[in-house]
Amino acid sequence: MIVPLTHYLILASIIFTLGAVGVMTRRNAIVIFMCIELMLNAVNLVLIAASRYLGDPGGQIMVFMVMTVAAAEAAVGLAVILLIHRTRGTVNVDDINMLKW
Amino acid sequence: MKIMEPNLVRWLWLIPFFPLLGAAVNGIIGPKLPHKVNHWIACSTIFMSFAISCLAALKLTTLGQGGILMTQVFTWIKVGQLTAEAAFQFDRLSMVMSMVVSGVGFVIHVYSVGYMHGDKRYSAYFTYLNLFAGAMLILVLGANLPIMFIGWEGVGVCSYLLIGFWFEDNEKASAGKKAFIVNRIGDFGFLIGIFSLFYFLGTLDYVGMQKVIEEGGAERLQAVWFTFGGYSPMVITVICLCLFLGATGKSAQLPLYIWLPDAMAGPTPVSALIHAATMVTAGVYMVARLNFLFAMSQTACLVVATVGGITALYSATIALTQNDIKKVLAYSTVSQLGYMFVGVGVMAYSAGIFHLMTHAFFKACLFLGSGSVIHAMGGEQDMRKMGGLRKYMPKTYMTFLIATIAIAGIPPFAGFFSKDEILWKAWSHGHPIIWAMCALAAGITAFYMFRLVFMTFHGECRADEHTKDHLHESPDSMTVPLIILAALSIVGGWIGFPAVIPIPNIFEHSIAPVFEAGEKAIEALHLPEHGHAEELLFMTISVCIAAAGIGLAYLLYIKRTDIPGKIADSIKPLYNLSLNKYYLDEIYEAGVIKPILKTSDSFLWRFFDVWIIDGLVNGVARLFKDVLSEGLRRLQTGVVNTYAVYFVLGVVMVLGYFLFVP
Repeated sequence: MIVPLTHYLILASIIFTLGAVGVMTRRNAIVIFMCIELMLNAVNLVLIAASRYLGDPGGQIMVFMVMTVAAAEAAVGLAVILLIHRTRGTVNVDDINMLKW
Repeated sequence: MKIMEPNLVRWLWLIPFFPLLGAAVNGIIGPKLPHKVNHWIACSTIFMSFAISCLAALKLTTLGQGGILMTQVFTWIKVGQLTAEAAFQFDRLSMVMSMVVSGVGFVIHVYSVGYMHGDKRYSAYFTYLNLFAGAMLILVLGANLPIMFIGWEGVGVCSYLLIGFWFEDNEKASAGKKAFIVNRIGDFGFLIGIFSLFYFLGTLDYVGMQKVIEEGGAERLQAVWFTFGGYSPMVITVICLCLFLGATGKSAQLPLYIWLPDAMAGPTPVSALIHAATMVTAGVYMVARLNFLFAMSQTACLVVATVGGITALYSATIALTQNDIKKVLAYSTVSQLGYMFVGVGVMAYSAGIFHLMTHAFFKACLFLGSGSVIHAMGGEQDMRKMGGLRKYMPKTYMTFLIATIAIAGIPPFAGFFSKDEILWKAWSHGHPIIWAMCALAAGITAFYMFRLVFMTFHGECRADEHTKDHLHESPDSMTVPLIILAALSIVGGWIGFPAVIPIPNIFEHSIAPVFEAGEKAIEALHLPEHGHAEELLFMTISVCIAAAGIGLAYLLYIKRTDIPGKIADSIKPLYNLSLNKYYLDEIYEAGVIKPILKTSDSFLWRFFDVWIIDGLVNGVARLFKDVLSEGLRRLQTGVVNTYAVYFVLGVVMVLGYFLFVP
C-alpha cells in the first residue's frame, strides 16, 4: 500500500516544529545546531516525498543542494562553537551575550 | 480712450542704472577711496541720469502728444497668467518726475558735499543717497506695478538707512525704524490693491491695464464686490482705497504721517531730498499714474481729497507752535502733500503734479537753507535760540526768503500758480468744503513760514556768545544749490499759468494725455460752468489770505513780539494740543503699540511659543528617544535563542499571509 503524501507532510511538520522549538529553547549551542539539522532534514523529507508523488526528479536534486549546505554550515558552525568554548569556557548561549544592549 | 502704441528704445534703463552703479562702487570700495572720489562718483552718476532724462524728454517731444517711450530689459515674472516685464516707460508724467528727481537730486548731492564734510561715514552716505536715487527712478520709470513696487520698497529701505545714518544715537536709530515700519503698514494696503487688480484685470502694466479696461474690464471693476454693514462698495473703490492706504504711508498723510517729523533726525540734505522733494511724492505719483482707476470711483477720489484736505489743515495747525526749525518744515511738508492729494483727489491731476514739482523746488530750498543755518549754529535747531541771522548769512537769507514767499503762494513765484490751481479746481469741481480747508491751511502756512523767517533771520540774535562767534555763511558747495533752487522757485511756476491769464499753460497741455481718463470722468460729471471772473475772484482771495498770514506774522514776530506769549498763555490747552502734535503718537503708543507688545509677550511668546511649538519639537524628539530608541533596543538581548524566536515568528507571519490572505 502506498503511503499517502499527507502522512509524509505531517511527519515533516512535526519534525520541523520540534527542531524550531529546540532552537528557540535549548541553552547548549551544540544542541541548537542539532535542532537546526533536524529542521533541515524535515525539509529534505518534504522535498523527497513531493518529488516521488509529483514524479518530478527536481525535488531530489534540491535535496542534494540542501544536504551540501547543511554539511558546510555544520562544519563552520562547530568551528565557531569550538573557538567560543576555547575563549569563554562555556557553550551556554545565555552567557554569550556581548551584543546585549 | 486713445492709447498710443509705445515707441521702443533700448536705453531707458540707463537712467536708474547710473546711480545704482555709483552706489555699488561707493559701497564696495568707497571707504578705501578718498572723499573727493566718493562725491565725484555720486554726483556724476546722478548728473548722468539727469542728462539722459533730458535727452529722453527731447525725444519724447518729437513724438507729439501722447507719445510713450518704452524699454524692455527682460521678462522678470512669467507665471501662469501673470507676466511682469522688467520694463521702463517714459511718458510726459515720467518725464516730469524723473527730471525733478534727478535734477533736484543732483543739486542736493552737491549740497551734501559741503554739509557732510568730514563725516566719518562719508562714502556710506553717498552710497545710500545714490541707491535712493536709483530706487526712486525705478519707481517713477517702471512700466508696471511690480517694478514700481520694487522702487517703492527700495526708497523705503534707503529712507531707513539715511534717517538712521547717525545710528549711534538711539533716538535717531528709532526714527529710522519708525519710518520703515509705518511705511510697511501702508505697503500692506498697496499689495492688497495690486493683488486685487491682477485678479480682476489679469495684467499689471499700465498700458495693458488701460487696454483691458477699455475692452470690458470696466464692468468687472465697477461691479459690487461685497456687502458689509450696509455698505456695498464697487470693486474698484476697494482697490483704490487699498492703494491709497499705501500712498498715505509713503506720502505721510493721516493716519500714517507720524514717521515724517521723526525723520528729521537724519542729515538735512536727506530731509530735503527724501522727505520733501522725492520719496514722499511717490504716493501722489502713484495716484496720478493710476488715474484711470481712480477716475472710475468717485468715492475713492472723494476719500483721497478729503484725507488730503484734513491732513493739510491738521498739520498746518501743528506747525504753528513748533520751535524746532526742521519740525516746522516737516509739518509743512505733510501739509503740502495734503494739497497734492487734494489735487489728484478732485481729479485735477496735472495741478497735483504741478504742485509736486514746484514744491520740490521750494521745499528743497527751504530744507537746504535750514541746513545751512543749523550748520552755522553748530548744530542748534531751536528757533528760540536764533535770530538776526540775516546779517551773518545773507545768501542763505535771500534764498530762504524767496522760497518762503513761494510756499506762501504770492505771485509771480512758483507756489502761487500751483497752489492756486489746486484751490480753484477744488472749488470748480464741486468741493467747497475742501476748498475752505485748503484756503484756511494756506493762510496758516503763510503765517507759520514767515514766523519761521522772522524768528530765525530777523530781530536780535538770541544765541550765546560762543555760537555767535562761529556764525558764518556756508561754503559755495552749499550756497550754489540754494541759489539754483531759489531761482527755480521763482520761475518754476511760469510753465503753468491758469486759464484766466492769456499765457498758455504749457505744463497742463503737455501732460494732459496721461490724464485722459480723468478728463473724461470730469466731463461725465456735468459740473456747472465757471466763468473767468469767478476764477479771478478766487485767485484774489488766495493772495489776500496769504498776505493776511504774512501780515499777522509780521505783527506778532517783528512789531509786537510780546503778543505770541500772551496768546499762548490764554489758550493754553489748545496751544499744548498743537505743540504736542495732538498727542497722536501717544495715542498710537497706547492704543496700538502697547496692546501688540502685550499680546506678543504674554500670549504669543509665553503660551504659544513655549508650550505649543517647543512642546511639538520636544515631543517629536522625545518620541524618537524614549519610545523608539529605548523601546527598540530591548530587542537586542544578546541571547541567540531570542533571535531564533524572531526568525520563527517571521516565517509564521509570511506563511500565514500566503495561506490566509486570498
